[in-house]
Amino acid sequence: MAELLKSNRRDFLKIAGTAAGGLFIGFYWSGCDSPKMQVLTDEEVLSQAHNFNSFLSISPSGDVVIYSPNPELGQNIKTSFPMVVAEELDADWEKVRVFQAHLDNDKFDRQVTGGSGAMPHSWERLRNAGATAKFLLVSAAAAQLDVDASELTTEKGQVIHSKSGKKIPYGDLVTDASKLDVPEEVPLKNYKDFKIIGTPVKNVDNKAMFTGQPIYGLDIYREGMVQAMIQRPPFGMKIKSVDDSEARKIADITDVVTFNNNVAVVGDSTWPLMKAKKLLKIDYEPDGNVESTEDHDRLFQDLMEKGKAQVMRQDGNVDQAFGNAAKVVTAEYQCPFLSHSPMEPMNFFAHVKGDKVELVGPTQTPDRARMETAQLLDIPTENISMELTRLGGGFGRRLRADFVVEAVELSKILDKPVKVTWSREDDMTGGAYRPAVRYKFQAALDDSGKMIGYKLRGVGINAGNTTRENNFPSGSVDNLLIESINHNSPITTNAWRAPITNFLAYAEQSFLDEVALEAGKDPVSFRLELMDRAKKDPVGEIHYDIDRMKGVVEMAAEKSNWGKDSNVMQGFSVYFSHRSYVAQVANIEMEDSQPVLKKITAVTDCGIVVNPTGANQQVRGGIVDGMGHAMFTNMTFANGLPNQKNFDTYRLIRMKEVPEIDVHFVDNGIDPTGLGEPALPPTGGAIANAIFKATGRRLRSQPFIEQKEFSDIKLEIKRA
Amino acid sequence: MANYSLKINGETFNVDVEEDTPLLWVLRDHLGLVGTKYSCGIAQCGACTVHLNGEATFSCTLPVSSVGSDEVTTIEGLSKEGDHPVQKAWNEVDVAQCGYCQAGQIMTASALLKKNPSPSMAEIEDAMNRNLCRCGTYHKIREAVALAAKTK
Repeated sequence: MAELLKSNRRDFLKIAGTAAGGLFIGFYWSGCDSPKMQVLTDEEVLSQAHNFNSFLSISPSGDVVIYSPNPELGQNIKTSFPMVVAEELDADWEKVRVFQAHLDNDKFDRQVTGGSGAMPHSWERLRNAGATAKFLLVSAAAAQLDVDASELTTEKGQVIHSKSGKKIPYGDLVTDASKLDVPEEVPLKNYKDFKIIGTPVKNVDNKAMFTGQPIYGLDIYREGMVQAMIQRPPFGMKIKSVDDSEARKIADITDVVTFNNNVAVVGDSTWPLMKAKKLLKIDYEPDGNVESTEDHDRLFQDLMEKGKAQVMRQDGNVDQAFGNAAKVVTAEYQCPFLSHSPMEPMNFFAHVKGDKVELVGPTQTPDRARMETAQLLDIPTENISMELTRLGGGFGRRLRADFVVEAVELSKILDKPVKVTWSREDDMTGGAYRPAVRYKFQAALDDSGKMIGYKLRGVGINAGNTTRENNFPSGSVDNLLIESINHNSPITTNAWRAPITNFLAYAEQSFLDEVALEAGKDPVSFRLELMDRAKKDPVGEIHYDIDRMKGVVEMAAEKSNWGKDSNVMQGFSVYFSHRSYVAQVANIEMEDSQPVLKKITAVTDCGIVVNPTGANQQVRGGIVDGMGHAMFTNMTFANGLPNQKNFDTYRLIRMKEVPEIDVHFVDNGIDPTGLGEPALPPTGGAIANAIFKATGRRLRSQPFIEQKEFSDIKLEIKRA
Repeated sequence: MANYSLKINGETFNVDVEEDTPLLWVLRDHLGLVGTKYSCGIAQCGACTVHLNGEATFSCTLPVSSVGSDEVTTIEGLSKEGDHPVQKAWNEVDVAQCGYCQAGQIMTASALLKKNPSPSMAEIEDAMNRNLCRCGTYHKIREAVALAAKTK
């Protein structure tokens, strides 16, 4: 059964036949009225060169080439995007080859990895690309066989006429298909008929990754290239003087350059650069606030008590509700700064050649990097090429362009192609952290245990809006006040996987656990009652789908056997972020009177699951990420510099510290809503709530292992 | 500067570098063997793991001067066609997310299985705990090592 979907008017389809008979389908997603039609030469199509950048091409041999436009950092988009195209095309996956497209605003849009948004944004476009090609191939087959197209089916790269038993491979049809008019709308499959989507498809880069091919930014070596490392200043400081005499004595160091408060050492290989950088003697002087963690703790206290807050949302009359309350529950939660710490440190290759620039490297936002480069050099963006490598992780750090622009600036100064490599210490001390935030929650309960008032006040350091004011429990409480205060600091911050919610979810879900207990209610029932209230009689705007949220709550309770086994201490958490819904239950069991974290059950509603193997890992990886940082990782500052500079003191979660993770998805046929981030936010809350259940200790700050409430708890973690 | 003759992946390479240069940077910057990854530089994460006479070794803190005539194997030399049992298991289980740490993980796993062809899950974890994976693919790494041990 097929559903008919109108083609998106912003998408312009270009079909090109070639003398050699190839079929090329390109989508132009620029959103302009007159798309730039590009006529490709046969050589371009057949060579399948990287500058070709088409979305999909089928050669007479039946080979299907699909270009994946979004930066790949482990979210598996380079495999799942082509799966969607291949699905509607009914391609033989064995004959599909995938290439990373480079930045091209004319041919692609939203070449960004962030906000868990790639699949939701491109889902319809990808399907249309595959379905349109299939429609043309079927039309060509109908003409060849002189039958009606309705008698034809497609399977694994062939058009099949079952009446006659004839099968025509796609490759034999592309020449004819390329001469046909492109239809304005094409039928799309019903999701129940998917054959590739919903099946486990292996990562297309497996072989390259597992044999050590040069696919990451740090692996880029170009003719005539020099290498550089940069000493950046502590936050709030500027250079007073530089003594580079010792650094210059290191063999292989060809230059030392001071620019923009940075000192770059330049040479031909990395090790001499590392040695020389350590020998730089740089005097800094204050250039604004030079902050330490004690300053932030004091700021948090002052601003929480007396700061002028921005009201983010106000429903009813909280003063009245709290005045009438039978019971008031108050708690404060705090999180530290965190480094993104992708395994591949920041790096970029830049070559400024007059008014042209060649850029190569790992970035989550190639367009932004190119724009900032254009601004820096005052040249048009068309003069800048941007080649995308695979990213050795990102977690939001590579949404910034600082590491690109500095390489550009250095290349211009040196008049040479340059690769700038950040050491781990540079990466950890060079900025753009998850902001530190403190929250104060207050709940007013009436004498029946109903939550009649709710207040949240968030204070953040370079955090922007510290709240998600229209998220749950907003809509379920009559009287509600949500406020945010931001302190501007020289310490740079940036989106960190599931921005704000990576900590807010833990704080909120822990607090709601506290409130449920004070109200004498089961934590799951308490949440469901609030959701029912929001469904029946919502207070103000609601920006989440209550049915989907309830769905994951109920399924998680069922899958985790919630409350059924008195030997298992369970903690519950549910959160909506980036369009998807995830509920989690952490199980702690007592063994020899010691708490053992054994399992986390996760139920996710992200709509249709494109690739189960990738999706399953996104959830597990998100949980491991959320758990590791909630439990172990801290970052403190002294005089504008992090105290933790490498993995010896900046503790990341390891294999022996992960429990069993049981992953479930809701099967509802809704178009995909995103999965790179949503599994992370609920994890800290689920674990903290289980720890409370098992030990009576409420953990209100992260990382858990550094809290005094945790000091005498020996939590073991075991895997099945 | 000094000249070193290194046995890597069954071949002999001559390099002229400072004696304190870590093997990692000799491989990457001087020999073009970039499959061995830099991540922490202080023997904490395992991304730079190679085999030294079959033993899993952090190449980021191993001075080239101490390699001598020891046999070095990198991810590029683990198998000719990328079909070492561990590589095959890694593909079968579809372990990687970003993939950056995976060469190091595979080198640690393959060294373990050479010494201990049938490790228990506890032994697998003991061996693999030294390798960090920021994406959190630990469950799949366990599964892949166990699968490689079974299929070997």
